Amino acid sequence: MNYLKQLMIILLFTFGGEVLHALLPFPVPGSIYGLLLLFLCLEFGAVKAESIRETAMWLVEMIPVMFVPAGAGLLKSWGVLRPILWQVAVITLVSTVAVMVASGKATQAIISLQAKRGGHSHGNSSHREKGA
Amino acid sequence: MDEILRQSLFFGGVLTLGAYSLGYWMKRKWKLAIFNPLLVGIVVVVVLLLAFRVDYDTYNEGAKYISYFLTPATVCLALPLYQQFEALRRNYIAILAGILVGAVTSGACVLGLSALFHFSHREYVTLLPKSITTAIGMGISEELGGFVTITVAVIVITGVLGNILAEHVCKWFHIRDAVARGIAIGSSSHAAGTAKALEMGEVEGAMSGLSIAVSGIITVFLANIFAKFY
Repeated sequence: MNYLKQLMIILLFTFGGEVLHALLPFPVPGSIYGLLLLFLCLEFGAVKAESIRETAMWLVEMIPVMFVPAGAGLLKSWGVLRPILWQVAVITLVSTVAVMVASGKATQAIISLQAKRGGHSHGNSSHREKGA
Repeated sequence: MDEILRQSLFFGGVLTLGAYSLGYWMKRKWKLAIFNPLLVGIVVVVVLLLAFRVDYDTYNEGAKYISYFLTPATVCLALPLYQQFEALRRNYIAILAGILVGAVTSGACVLGLSALFHFSHREYVTLLPKSITTAIGMGISEELGGFVTITVAVIVITGVLGNILAEHVCKWFHIRDAVARGIAIGSSSHAAGTAKALEMGEVEGAMSGLSIAVSGIITVFLANIFAKFY
């Protein structure tokens, strides 16, 4: 019964996200609206973390599995992809690594700059890493 | 073979979970990065479908119920974000700047390399939304007149790649801060990367999940600007 309730709450927010997607004119998918909606409800206490925790964390853990069917879908797009395959492979590899390095380095540089200047965001990562 | 399986609704689900579990088992046994469960899962499914001449649509008839949970799973990324809200509040300038840098880098890379490979405008805009979540990326590609199927394929490959490379790239390039790692992973490889970020730590996972949303929204505007450049 517990899991049933948790899943129901999660699907309710997913549905809410879909409704917002249908109603609002922005190019934001339902999943992102749902995420923001659920976050706000958690933040303002309308939904307790305990009432979704196990099912939510299980679903999040299963995310890679949910990409398997789409990945195997390459079989279908193989025909269109083949003529530009190696170029696409190079672009994908280079840009994925470049984006990871650029955004990570930029974030890290600003965090340490702020830590040096103000001191109030001092040591945040090393402390928080343990809570994981 | 295809004839029998076409009657079955659960074949796709069993194959998906089985292939992924095999990858998970290989990873635990040999501890090599190449045995990434997601990568192994995809390869095993593809090889088996080809070997037994089963149509992808026959497989996906059942497998789509697994993909179906991607939307609620993305919604659930609100939970780690809520639990790590303090890290977000404290570092919001660095976080927003980092995600913006990531989105611009993605556009610039695709622009530079597309020009190098003499891509057509249509091929170029197809790749522009490659780093963001499929739901937003498909929309951008469609609007800019790209090949949506290729966009989806490239987004998936990017996610798989991010999932495999995340830990190593962070190590090689000395990205040590947990917040910065999360932003790096989420900005470059959406939900598939975020799953790896969550394995690395809850701060990483929360920040990565946040990046999916913010980076996706920023890219909607950026892609329209970048589309005019080439």
